Amino acid sequence: MRLKQEEIPVDMVKSKDKPGFSWQAIFSIVMFFYMYLPILVLALYSFNESPYSANWEGFTLKWYGNLLKDGRIFTALQNSLTVAFSAVGIAAVLGTLMAVGLARYRFTGKSLYRGISFLPLIIPDIAIAVATLIFLAVIGIRLSIWTIVAAHVVFCLAYVAIAVSARLSGLDPHLEEAALDLGANPVEAFIKVLLPELLPGIISGCLIAFVLSMDDFLIASFTSGTGSGTLPMEIFSRIRTGVKPDINALSVMLMIISGVAGFLAQYITYQSEQKRIK
Amino acid sequence: MVLSSKSSPPSPNSQPDTSKRLAWSKLLEPVALLGPAGIWLILLLVLPTLVIFELSLVPNIRPGDIVNPSGFENYAQVFQPIYLQVIKRSLFFAFGTMLVSLLLGFPVAYWIGQMAPQKWRNLLLLGFVLPLWTSSLLRSYAWVTILRRTGVLNTLLTSIGLPALDLLNDWPAVFIGMGYSYLPYMVLILYASIEKLDKRLLEASADLGANPIQSFWKVTVPQTLPGIAAGCLLVFINTLGDFVDPELLGGAQSMTVSRMIYNQFLGATQNWGFGSALSMVLIMAVSIAIALLIKYGDNTTKP
Repeated sequence: MRLKQEEIPVDMVKSKDKPGFSWQAIFSIVMFFYMYLPILVLALYSFNESPYSANWEGFTLKWYGNLLKDGRIFTALQNSLTVAFSAVGIAAVLGTLMAVGLARYRFTGKSLYRGISFLPLIIPDIAIAVATLIFLAVIGIRLSIWTIVAAHVVFCLAYVAIAVSARLSGLDPHLEEAALDLGANPVEAFIKVLLPELLPGIISGCLIAFVLSMDDFLIASFTSGTGSGTLPMEIFSRIRTGVKPDINALSVMLMIISGVAGFLAQYITYQSEQKRIK
Repeated sequence: MVLSSKSSPPSPNSQPDTSKRLAWSKLLEPVALLGPAGIWLILLLVLPTLVIFELSLVPNIRPGDIVNPSGFENYAQVFQPIYLQVIKRSLFFAFGTMLVSLLLGFPVAYWIGQMAPQKWRNLLLLGFVLPLWTSSLLRSYAWVTILRRTGVLNTLLTSIGLPALDLLNDWPAVFIGMGYSYLPYMVLILYASIEKLDKRLLEASADLGANPIQSFWKVTVPQTLPGIAAGCLLVFINTLGDFVDPELLGGAQSMTVSRMIYNQFLGATQNWGFGSALSMVLIMAVSIAIALLIKYGDNTTKP
């Protein structure tokens, strides 16, 4: 690395133009490397012939082969996808309605309502998990895949609502009024005028919620019944019992999928912000 | 916080902002919009939190027992020395990670937000936080692969003639893993306030004879203080409740509150009342952190 000494003029008259390679730039490059190091390591390991040593002992695809033959992984993946799609689907509808409602009406207890809806972002996952488990036990509902969905909707709701609220705050409220004046009923005005405008916010909120639902280990562990274990639960139990090389292969595949979803979410948010600036 | 009894679904006397809506929809619309989410939140967030508060008052409750609140024995247990040690350790991890990620994150956020070419900034930020979108469990597991005795780090160290380090299963590994997990959040929040920093003020302070260090403390830090406070809070809260990093990287010596809660419910030592009390303590700690932010966050925006 070429480390150029940063030149600080003694008289401090012209410090506007920083040199091309400041220490901040070099430090940032090191930090970027730190962020990607674990991902690179897992990716490299997934092609390593030897499962137990850090040394490179030849290229192989057998861990990916093992993975594709692994029924338990697929069951867990199926459960995870069922949970994520159901929870995000419900949260998309409820969260959008909630965001619109919160933007439109003033009522007593509104700040309390809003505060409660954002609580899942603040309360630690483990507390939400414990609360849900005890509550379900007290009212006597049997744990199943649907209890995970119910618990996931709570935090997905918050992310969808935030994304939709951000989008709503930049919208022209007169558009919907115009539709009403032109004879549309409130439901038509909502679906034909408001919803298309809100779509980028809804999509980016849903993508965030989807990734978080797929990633959640704690809440799912507490609220799943037998046979409804999700992918993070399966991964956790395998990691705990020792280092398994096919987990490396699984990591790479999952990271690519969720990385793409994450990139899309950021990109859509970025695009809709750009549009608004214009 | 959630103990208030006002958390009923939206009241029917809500007023729409426009007068153009029909009378019937004045009543129906707010209920249709806010009702479903409200009911869901009350059933699965508000009531459950009240139930764990109630259960936290029951000593030695096990799954299937009848609820019969009777006292503060569980809380007395929380404050026994052995458990206080665990709470102290959790706070140590949370504060430490907060400081580490602030020290590492600030230069990165500053470089992306102020020094990097304008058109690259969004892309650089996106690139820095992209790992957040991958499984947190697997990223922590990757650190196991790197730090374990026969791992990547020790292979590198021994190949250049240095002694191998035994980092895994102790607190340094927890810091490495937690610092890694929460650094992107810190950078994301710091970036938002650093990007808005008025560069002319820095130039003015330089013109008036301040050296870069003086300018940093007197101009940059006060302007970015709300961002620093928000970033620190976010990292603190998340690390306090983190389960995966201490569990995978910390070993037996690194028992934290969240691991202990987990054990009270899903582990060998099943005691729901004590677990509930620990959860309430965790929620209280987080609430105090937020209250502090609101108090001092206001002060920073006044001058």
